[in-house]
Amino acid sequence: MRRVPWALIVFLAALFVPAAGSRYYTFLANDVIIWALFATSLNLLVGYTGLVSFGHAAYFGIGAYTTGILMKKVGVSFLLAFPTAGIVAALFALVFGFFCVRLTRIYFAMLTLAFAQIVWAICFKWNEVTGGEQGMPEIPYPDFAWVDRVAAFLPFLGGYRTAEHFYFVTLLLVAACLVLLRRIVGSPFGRMLATIRENPERAEFIGVNVRRYELAAFVLAGGFAGLAGGLFGIFNRGVFPDFAYWTKSSEVLIMTLLGGMGAFFGPALGAAVLIWLNQQIVSYTEYWPLVLGTILVVLLFVFPGGIAGAAMALRHRLRRRAARA
Amino acid sequence: MPDPSFVFAQSISGLTAAMFLFLIASGLSLIFGVLRVLNFAHGTFYMLGAYSAYQIVRWLGTGPVSFWIAALGAALAVALLGGIVERFLFQRLYGKEELYQLLFTYALVLILGDVAKIIWGTQQKSISRPPGLTSAVHVLGATIPYYNLFIILLGPAIALGFWFALQRTRAGRFIRAAALDRETLGALGVNVSALYTGVFVLASFLGGLGGALITPMRAIVPGMDTEVIVEAFVVVVIGGLGSFWGTFLGALIYGQVLSFGILFFPRFSIFSIFALMAMVLIIRPWGLLGRPLK
Repeated sequence: MRRVPWALIVFLAALFVPAAGSRYYTFLANDVIIWALFATSLNLLVGYTGLVSFGHAAYFGIGAYTTGILMKKVGVSFLLAFPTAGIVAALFALVFGFFCVRLTRIYFAMLTLAFAQIVWAICFKWNEVTGGEQGMPEIPYPDFAWVDRVAAFLPFLGGYRTAEHFYFVTLLLVAACLVLLRRIVGSPFGRMLATIRENPERAEFIGVNVRRYELAAFVLAGGFAGLAGGLFGIFNRGVFPDFAYWTKSSEVLIMTLLGGMGAFFGPALGAAVLIWLNQQIVSYTEYWPLVLGTILVVLLFVFPGGIAGAAMALRHRLRRRAARA
Repeated sequence: MPDPSFVFAQSISGLTAAMFLFLIASGLSLIFGVLRVLNFAHGTFYMLGAYSAYQIVRWLGTGPVSFWIAALGAALAVALLGGIVERFLFQRLYGKEELYQLLFTYALVLILGDVAKIIWGTQQKSISRPPGLTSAVHVLGATIPYYNLFIILLGPAIALGFWFALQRTRAGRFIRAAALDRETLGALGVNVSALYTGVFVLASFLGGLGGALITPMRAIVPGMDTEVIVEAFVVVVIGGLGSFWGTFLGALIYGQVLSFGILFFPRFSIFSIFALMAMVLIIRPWGLLGRPLK
C-alpha cells in the first residue's frame, strides 16, 4: 500500500482557504496554523524527549513580545522581527533550560512552571516595555505594499486583503518550520532524543551526554514556540501577558495530548480539532472550559493515545481483519 | 525607612496570608507526599469551600454561630467531593504516566470551575466577619482585626494537631509509611487504596476549610482557584514537596516576602516570589526542609 502524502494535501488545500472560504474561515485556519506550530514544538519535548514542560507558554509569550515590541515600538520590519522572535525565545530557553534539564520529572515540570511565571510576572508589571497588565494592542501587520506591485505581473496574487496576505505568510512560514521540525525528529539527533525518552540510563551508559541533548531539544522547542508566538501576536492584533500564563501552557499540552503525542502531526491535528470545537461550542454556550475538561477526561480514560493513537489502533485492527479474510 | 508600626502591621498581614496559604498548601503537600501527584484541582477545592460557605451562610442567616457551621460544613462538603473524585476517577490513573495524572487534575479545574460559575454566577460574593471577631485590637500602633489574630493562632494549632496525628496515631504512621514505600506497606496487609482515599479526603478538607475561612477577608470570585494554586505550588516547592514543616516554613517565607515586597519594591513583588521558587528548585530541588526523592 502506498502512503498518502496527507501533509502535502492539507498544505495545498490550505492555500485555497482565502479564495474558497469566507473571511471567518481564513481567520480560523490562521489560528489553527499558528497553534499547530506551537503544539508541535511542545511535542518535541513531551512526545519525543519525554520531558513534560508546564511552562512552554513562556517562549510563546517571549516570541510574541519580541515581534510586538520590535514592530510597534522600534518599527523594525517583519522580515527581521520574525526570526528575532525565534532567536530571543531560544536564548531564554537556553538559560532556563540549562537549569531545568538538571532536574527530573516533577521537579523539571515545576521549574519550567516557575520560569514561565517569572516571564509572565515581568510582562505583567514592566509597563514601560511590555505595556503591563493592559498588554500591547495594535501590533502592525507586515508591510504588504510590495504585493500589489508584484500583482501587476502575477494577477493571481492580487485582490486579497491584508489579513489574507498575512494568512499566506503564516502558512508558508509554519509549513517551512514543520518541514524543519520533521527533519529534526527524523535525524540521528531526533532518534537519540527518543532513546533518551525510552531509557535515559542506557543512553548515559553508551556515552551520550543526556543533559546536553535534552537542553538542545529544550532550546529548539523554545525557539519554534517563539516563532509561533511572534506570528500569533500579529494575528491577534495585540500581545498580552496571559500569553505566558500557566493556563496557556496547559492549553497547548491538552492540544498535544488530544492529537496524540506518538505521531508527528498529532499535535497539529489536536490544535485544529480543539480550535474548531471551541468555535462551534462558544456560539451555543459560554461554558467552554466545562466541555474542554470533559473532553480531557474522556481522552485520559478512553483514548490515552489521542486521536492519532486511536486512528492507528483502528487501522491496525482493520488491516488484521483484512489479512484474515 | 518606613515607620516601625507600619512595618509591624505589614508583617502581621504577611503572617495572616501565610497561615491561609499553609492551610491550603498543607493539603497539596500531603497529597504529593503520599500519592506523588501534584493536584491542580486543590485550588478549585479551595474555591468551592469559599462558595459553599457563602451558600450555607445564605441558608442559615446571620446567627451567632452560622459562620462557624458554614465553615465546617463547607470543608466537609469539599472533603466528600474529594473522596468521590478519588474513589471513582483518580484511582484509575495510579500507575499511569505523571502527565496523565496532572492533566486529569487540570480537567477537574476546568470542569468544577465552570460548575461553580453555573451555580453561583460570575458576580463576586462576600461574607461578613463572624460576630465576636468584628472589631480590632491596637498593638504597637498597628490595627489588627481580631479575625486576623484568630487565623494567626489557628494556623499553628492545625499544624501542631496535624503533626501530632502524623507522629502518634496509627493512621498517621500508615500515612508516613505510604510516603516512603507503598508496596511494602501494602504487602504488610494495610489497605493502601483506602488509605489513599483517606488522604485525599483529608487534603480536600483542608483546602475547603482554607477557602471557607478566607471569605470574610477576600471576595469570592471565579478565577480565585487558578491564582491560589500557583501560590500553593510556590509554598510547597520552597518548603519541600511532601514535607510537613517545610510547608509551614514555606508559607511563612512566602507571606513575608510578598508583604514586604509590595512595601519596598511593588513592581517586583510577584516576580520575587517566582524567582525565589526557581532559586530553591535550582539549588535544592527537594526544598528547604524536604528530603531528596529516591
